[in-house]
Amino acid sequence: MIVFEYVAEALFYGFVALTFMGGFMAIRSKMLMHAVLGLAVALFGVAGLYFYLGSPFLTMMQILIYVGAVCIIIVLGVMIGNTPDQLAAKKQERKNLPLALVTCSVAFIGLFVAMILRTHFTAASERVGDMSIRFVGENLLYQYCLAFELISVILLTAIIGAIILARDGREEKTS
Amino acid sequence: MEIFNSLLPELIRIVVCAVCGAVIVFGNALVMGYAERKLAGRIMLRPGPMEVGFHGLYQLVVDGLKLMGKQLVIPVNADKPLYMLAPLLAFAPVFVPLLVLPFSEKIQGFDLDIGMLVILAFASINVLAILIGGWSSNNKYSLFGAIRSVAQNVAYEIPMLISLLAIVFMTNTFSLKEIAAAQSPVWFVVIQPLAFLIYIVAMVAETNRAPFDLPEAESELTAGFHTEYSGMSFSLFVLGEYANMFIVCSVATVFFLGGSSGIPLPFFEYTGIVWFLMKVYLLMFFLVWIRWTYPRTRFDQLMNFCWKYLIPFSLVNLLITVVMVKLV
Repeated sequence: MIVFEYVAEALFYGFVALTFMGGFMAIRSKMLMHAVLGLAVALFGVAGLYFYLGSPFLTMMQILIYVGAVCIIIVLGVMIGNTPDQLAAKKQERKNLPLALVTCSVAFIGLFVAMILRTHFTAASERVGDMSIRFVGENLLYQYCLAFELISVILLTAIIGAIILARDGREEKTS
Repeated sequence: MEIFNSLLPELIRIVVCAVCGAVIVFGNALVMGYAERKLAGRIMLRPGPMEVGFHGLYQLVVDGLKLMGKQLVIPVNADKPLYMLAPLLAFAPVFVPLLVLPFSEKIQGFDLDIGMLVILAFASINVLAILIGGWSSNNKYSLFGAIRSVAQNVAYEIPMLISLLAIVFMTNTFSLKEIAAAQSPVWFVVIQPLAFLIYIVAMVAETNRAPFDLPEAESELTAGFHTEYSGMSFSLFVLGEYANMFIVCSVATVFFLGGSSGIPLPFFEYTGIVWFLMKVYLLMFFLVWIRWTYPRTRFDQLMNFCWKYLIPFSLVNLLITVVMVKLV
């Protein structure tokens, strides 16, 4: 059984590496398309981390919604939006690079240390349930019902807004 | 030795699952490739492949060898890493859903309580592969095919999910095994005929097959998203498509046609898998049949049909199901 533990451990670090690699790709790549695919890789890695947190349900939802739907919509937007390659490949000017580096690192370290010092760390709570679909559903609809409904309202608003925007565009073209 | 003994059953299980998955994917592609060409021939009043072997039985083997020997052409302006990645991404995820499909009461890789979600999640990666392939080819036809594929797949995923949800509401579980077991007296196709119809239509659209094969409409886009692909990278797309057909037909079988239930055959202990495969291949035959019988729809008709008919009807169906489940 020990072997399986090693395999599991290795896979965990694999997912962590995947997340960071995807994130790095998303930030650093020159082409917008590569950046979005980096985002997809990072989200897939996060899905793996959810699995290690003991929630296969969340893992599948992450893949279904973020990798399978959100990323695809973003990619479609990028493809239709047409980013000129010259713009993507243009080098940014680096006049004040040392100054920027010093400022950013000082600010980051300062904020980070302040955050660590001020946070009141509590011990991690125990796992509260078996994270099965039944458990997740009951929690969503009993304990967090208000949040759940509010999110639904926000989504509904977004859909209505999208329909209104799309309708206007179509009428303009026909007239 | 003790470690080895405790490891062994799990290891055997993993190896058997992997081998069976590969056998299903490749065997299914061989059978369906041959059946499709033969049926297409019969429907068009011509014999189909006849030259290689008895009635062209070895045609697909020869074709496979030919495709493996072909050169992989990469267009000059293509995005090379993504161009090579796309066929793999279309092919690799099809193995995961095979692990959770209940081929009979006894033959199943893993029985997860989220079986249905696993299938839907990994099926959605296929769209990403088509998109990457179409974009990285740097070809107008490929790009159009990819854009159509995304619009189509994202739209048809919704009625597919909602029609399956009606079944989930009735059975109270996402586990495919329990859903198959829940329809022992009557199959759900009798109780939920509308959901079945909606699922069948969405299934054809999700696998990008005629009459909804707009992503590769050869009359207008040469070959759609895989215009630039050749040799094995093209055949990986085809293998992925056939495997996806198998998966969606299996899901239809599990959700609506009673899974592996059937009259027990006296001479064979694992009767379930025979019935299961018979139902799956009946549905696949149906897919091939309508592909070679009906003309391709126009794209706006396709989208209108989904958003204006399928989604409202599936929602109404879901609502009625909820009320009935509450009342009964």
